This record gives sequence, C-alpha cells and structure tokens, in this order.
Amino acid sequence: MTMIDVKNLKKSFGKLEVLKDITVEIKEKEVVCVIGASGSGKSTFLRCLNRLEDITDGHVIIDGQDITANDANINIIRQEVGMVFQQFNLFPHKTVIENIILAPMKARGITKDEATKTARELLAKVGLAEKADSYPGSLSGGQKQRVAIARALAMNPKVMLFDEPTSALDPEMVGDVLEVMKQLAKEGMTMVVVTHEMGFAREVSDRVLFIDEGLIAEQNVPDELFNNPQNERTQAFLSKVL
Amino acid sequence: MDVIIDALPYLWEGLKVTVYIFVIAIILGFIIGLIMALLRLSPIKILNWIAKIFIDAIRGTPILVQLFFIYFGLNALEFISLDRETAGIITVAVNAGAYFAEIIRAGIQSMDKGQTEAARSLGLTSTQNMRYIILPQAFRRMLPTFTNQAIISLKDTSLLSVIGIADLTQQGQIAIAATFKAFEIWLVVGVMYFIMIYLLSLLSSFLERRFELR
Repeated sequence: MTMIDVKNLKKSFGKLEVLKDITVEIKEKEVVCVIGASGSGKSTFLRCLNRLEDITDGHVIIDGQDITANDANINIIRQEVGMVFQQFNLFPHKTVIENIILAPMKARGITKDEATKTARELLAKVGLAEKADSYPGSLSGGQKQRVAIARALAMNPKVMLFDEPTSALDPEMVGDVLEVMKQLAKEGMTMVVVTHEMGFAREVSDRVLFIDEGLIAEQNVPDELFNNPQNERTQAFLSKVL
Repeated sequence: MDVIIDALPYLWEGLKVTVYIFVIAIILGFIIGLIMALLRLSPIKILNWIAKIFIDAIRGTPILVQLFFIYFGLNALEFISLDRETAGIITVAVNAGAYFAEIIRAGIQSMDKGQTEAARSLGLTSTQNMRYIILPQAFRRMLPTFTNQAIISLKDTSLLSVIGIADLTQQGQIAIAATFKAFEIWLVVGVMYFIMIYLLSLLSSFLERRFELR
C-alpha cells in the first residue's frame, strides 16, 4: 500500500526553483533515505511532506489524503506525520515528559494520565526513563534527540520524517540516536530520513534517493546505489562522501 | 516632623488612589498590548494597519496631550461622559498598551522559528502554538522590559493630578496648601513613589527567578 505519494512536486523560493519536479511513491513500512549535497533540495523535499513549506505546484498525498488540497485540514494530517529536526526543537520551558504529552493532550484530546503513561513507555524505549522530569537544557544532544523522537512517536504517527537527525550531534552521541531509529524501522514504521550517515542508509534503508539540483537523479536499493551508481552525479557525490 | 505626621493621612489617601489607578491601568494596558501585538503580527493586512496606526499615534504624542484629549476632548462630544478617574485610567492604560504592544511583538518575533515548526509538525494549531509554546517563553524574556514600562506608567500616573484626580501628587499639593511646607512634603511624596517603584522591581526580580529559563 502506498503511504506517501508525491506527484510532480515543485517548490520555489521567489525566483529560486529548489524542487523542479519530484515524483516518488513510498510504501507503507518502507524506510527511505534521502541523500545529496547541501543545497540540493533534500531538506526542502522533506519539509514539503508535512507542508512546513508551502508547495508551489504538484501533489503530496499522505495515506490517501491530499495535503495540498484547499480543503485539507493540515493540523489533522500533521498528527499522522511525525517530524524530527536537526536542532531537536524541544520546548525549553517544559520538562521532558511535558514536551511529550502536550500534543497528545491538546491535539488528540487524550487524558493526561493516559498521555503520561504512553510517554513513560516511549521514554523507556529510547532509554531515558529517568529523565522524565528533567528540563531539556540539562540533557546532552543525543538525549535531546531521543526525547524529540519520543515526542513525535507519542502522537502515534503513520509516518516519521527525519531531517538530518544526527548532524548536530557530537560523534559519540550519534550511535544512540541511530540505534533508536533502527529499532523503529524494525517495528515497521514508514520512515523518510534525510541523512549524511551513509552507513545508516546502507544498513537500514529499503531504498535510497539521491537528490541533485531539485530532481531525483537516481534511486535504488542501497547496495546497488552505493556499489554501482549509474548516474555521473551520484558517482561524483559518493566519491566525496564515502 | 509634626508637619509630616499631620500630612500623612492626606498622602495616604493619595497613595491609595495612585496604586488603584496604576494596578487597573497596567492590567488593562497589558491586555491592550497583547491584543495589539497579535494584530500587528496577524497575516491580515487591515488588522495589521489598525495596530500600527494605534501604536504610532500613541507613541507619537505626549501623554499629557492624550490625557487632555480623552478627558476634555472626548467629553466635549455629546454622547460621551467620562469621569476623571475613568479618563485617567484609560489614558495610562492606552499609553502603556502601545509600548507593551511593541515589547510583546518584538518578544514573539525573537523566538526561534524551530519552536513553531516543532509545535505545528505535532499537529498543534497556530493558536495552541502561541498559547503553549511561544507566549510562555516570550513572556519570560520580556519580563525586565515589562518592569521598565510598568515603572514608567506608575510615574505617569502623577500627571493625572492636573485634571484633579486625588492621587499622591495631588494630595501632596493639598497638604502643602494646608501646611506651607513644600520641602518636607515633596520629599515625603518622592520617597513614597520611590518605595512603590522599589517594590515593583523586587517583584520583577522575584518573578524572573521564579520563571527562569532553564
């Protein structure tokens, strides 16, 4: 079943055309990594999937709902699409547990007791059960990112988007975050991950998209794409990063 | 010394009026400021303009002129009748409101865009984002600037004596008329304002510590 259906997606910032024409289907439970040079449009592509960026042209259909339609209720759709940011974006004035239960309570209308119970389970899952009452300011980068993942999961989304989730982390923190993401992939979450972690892309993803100058220049299963890239631009990019 | 003790009941009455007017005006002013700041940031052009004209008009005119306009000017219209205290409260509230509006607007705009993105990506509406994420953080940052404006507004209330409101300044004048001791009375009046403002800054530092950003 198709979970994310992107049809002829175009996105411009003023005169600058960042996404030129992107069409891609992502199936339920599929893990797709998006790679490419900085400025290639890969983050913009991800941010169009939950309309954090207004879409200039084309369609994005999430689980059968066209998020670009005029009558689309974007708040309802976003509840089904979790997002994890490079800079974590935890709410600094709220404790870890408050960060996690806010949206389930306010957007989904779940009771505080129930939301807290789920939040504690998720914190245990990301290995931070003892940090429930800490403030984000007292956590390390890796811990913050794991809280951010738990916060997104608390909405019980159908899709998770990751925007360079490990790029702002100290190298020794990266492993913990990737471990949580691997676990999530194993449980069958549909994931789209913009990343520079080629090891993660190779090991965990079902498919890798290489975005170059606003287009998908090449896509394939990771083994093929990394070992036998067809496109010149892919070859050039991989020779620099691998 | 006797002079001061004799004058104290007058001054005490004035002090109560000053505090009463200040408290009501500052609360109203804050509400006006919050509404104007949100209008100012609204994507709807016309609301934007209303707030901008209001803020510019108030900041661009002296408070004494505003007081005269509201008390004498508006009262000259047949269908409006404002008593002194109401006119005084409105003047201080509206004046503080314009400054609060700019403080709040700047505070909201200084927030990291990532906070809004995180809130919206979780499915919170823009109103919920404002209420639970942006305003609570922005208010903490704004607290020192709020205090500044509150102090200015408290001092502005002394201008209300010119339309005959029996505030601390007016009661000081009355006490002098009765005792002819200008030096002593104005000194005591000054000390009373100073104490009020000092208490205000203590309250502010207490709140700042209480709501310290972690």
